[in-house]
Amino acid sequence: MEAKKEQLIVSVSPHIKSDETTSRIMWTVSLALMPAMLSGLYFFGPKALFITLLCIVSSIGFEQLYMKIVDKKSPVGDGSAFLTGLLLGMNMPSSLWSFSPFTAHVPVVASFVAIVITKQLFGGLGFNVFNPALIGRAFALISWPKAMTVWNEPTAAFLAMDAKTSATPLGVLKEEGIAKLLEIFGDKVSLYQHLLTGNRAGSIGETSAIALLIGGIFLLAKRYISWHIPVSFLGTAALMAWIFGGKGALFTGDPIVHLISGGMMLGAWFMATDYVTSPTIKKGQLLFGAGCGFLTMLIRLKGGFPEGVMFAILIMNCLSPLIDRSFRSKVFGVVSQSKPKEAK
Amino acid sequence: MSSTSSTNLKDLILNGIVKENTIFKLALSLCPSIAVTNSLKNGIYMGIAVLFVQVMVNLTISLMRNIIHPKVRLPIFMLVISGWVTVTQLMMAAFVPDVYAKVGLYIALIVAFASILARAEMFASKNSIIPSMADGLGMGIGFLFALTTISFFRELVGKGSLTVPTGLSTQHVFTFINTKPLLIMILPAGGFLAVGILMALFNWINARYAAKSAHASH
Repeated sequence: MEAKKEQLIVSVSPHIKSDETTSRIMWTVSLALMPAMLSGLYFFGPKALFITLLCIVSSIGFEQLYMKIVDKKSPVGDGSAFLTGLLLGMNMPSSLWSFSPFTAHVPVVASFVAIVITKQLFGGLGFNVFNPALIGRAFALISWPKAMTVWNEPTAAFLAMDAKTSATPLGVLKEEGIAKLLEIFGDKVSLYQHLLTGNRAGSIGETSAIALLIGGIFLLAKRYISWHIPVSFLGTAALMAWIFGGKGALFTGDPIVHLISGGMMLGAWFMATDYVTSPTIKKGQLLFGAGCGFLTMLIRLKGGFPEGVMFAILIMNCLSPLIDRSFRSKVFGVVSQSKPKEAK
Repeated sequence: MSSTSSTNLKDLILNGIVKENTIFKLALSLCPSIAVTNSLKNGIYMGIAVLFVQVMVNLTISLMRNIIHPKVRLPIFMLVISGWVTVTQLMMAAFVPDVYAKVGLYIALIVAFASILARAEMFASKNSIIPSMADGLGMGIGFLFALTTISFFRELVGKGSLTVPTGLSTQHVFTFINTKPLLIMILPAGGFLAVGILMALFNWINARYAAKSAHASH
C-alpha cells in the first residue's frame, strides 16, 4: 500500500496536485475508451460486445478469486481489473465469439494470464513489470495464432468483397503492398476515411483512429497523461514509415497509413501511457515513446508479424525502470531541475 | 549436513529431493529445465543422465578425496565430471539415438552444471563413499523429479499429449486433446512460465507441509 502511494508521489504527472485516486483515474481512462468501444460495437456488432464483456467479467472474476485465495482485501472497486478487461477485449478480434471451432475460451485464458500471472503474482497493481492487457493478448496470440488472427469484416462494409473475414489493412500492406490496399479501398482519400472512422477489419477497439484520438485528447485535457509518450511514439513511427516504408527508394513511405492503421492509436494513447509500466521522468518518456515507435515500425516493416505495437510496448516496458534510472542520475548531475526530485 | 553416520542416509537422499532441490529450491541448472522439457520423454532421459552423472561423480570424488591436493581440486573435479559426462553421452548416443539427437547438446552441458560441481566440492570431497553416493542419489532424483514434473506439465498443457518412454528406444504417445491447447507452453517462453509456476507451487506445498508438521510437533 505504501509503495503504491509513493509511486504516485514520485510520478511527475499533474494529477498529484488534485485529490485524484487510483480508482478515479481507472474509471476516467475507461470512460475515455468508450468512443472507440462504441465504434467497435457499431462496426463489429454484438459479437464484439460479448467478447469485451467476457474479458471484463473474467478479469474481475479472476481478481476476486485470487484475492479470496490469498486472503487479501478485494480491490475491485479501484476499477483496474475492469480497465484491464476492457483493454484486453478491445485488443481481441470479434471473430473469437465462435463455437464451431470453439474459441470463446481464448478471452478467459487471456484474462487469467493478464490478471493473475502478469499483475497479481508480481505483487498487484503498481508492481507489475508489464502491461497486463498486452501480456494477456501476447499470450493468446502465441498460443492460438490462428484464432487470434481471424478478422471479421465490419458489418457496414463498403469493401468490394463479400467474404465474412478479411485481412487487416496492415496484413494486406505486409503481404501485397500499398497498391493492393488502394485497389481494395478505391483511392487514398477513401482509404484514409475507412481507417479514420474504423470501417476496416481489425481488433474490436483499435480500428477507429478518430474515436481513439478523441479519448486520448480527453485524457490529455484532463492531464491524466502527458503528451510525451504519444507524441514521441507516433512521431518516431511516422518518421520511420516515411523514410523506410516505401518500396525501393527512401523517403517515399506513407506515414499516415501506418499511423492510423493497426493498433498504433490505441497503443500510443492508452497502452504505452500506463503509469505503472512507463517511465515517470519526462525525458525518459520521450525515449520510451521513441523506442516504442521504432520497434513497432521495425516489426511492421522487417519482422514476421504484420503488427508490432504490442511487442514494441512490451519490450519497452521491461526497459522502463532502466530508462527511469538513467535519466534520474543525469538530472541530478546537471542543471537544477528540482521539480520531480524531492519525494524520494 | 556433513554428518556421515549411516543412520541418516534417508535424510541425505530426501535433502536433495525436497530441501535442496536443484531446480525448485536452489534455482540452479535452469538451462536444461527450460530447453529440454518440451516433451516428457526428453525430460525423463535428461533427468536420468544427470542422476547417473551426479552419483558417479560423487562416488569418484569421494574415492579420490584423500589424494587430491586442495590447490588443484577444481580442475580435478572438472576432469572427473567431464569424464562421466562423456561416458553418459556415448552411452546415450549408442542406446537412445533419437533422444540423443534432441537433448545431446544439453547432455554435454552437464559438465557445466553448478549443482554437480557444488556437490563434489561441498559434499563428496569431505565425506566417505556411502553418504556421498546417497547425496548424489538424492540430488539426482530431485533433479529428475523436477524435470519430469516440468516436462509433464508443459507437454500436457502445450501439446495435449504425453510421450512416455516404454523402453530404451520405444515410446508411447498418449493423446488427450487432438489440437494444441496452449501452444506457448512448449515454446521457450512457456518454459519460463512453467518453471516459475511449478517452483512457486513446490515451495508453497513445502511451506504448508512444514507449518503443519511444526504445528503437530508442538
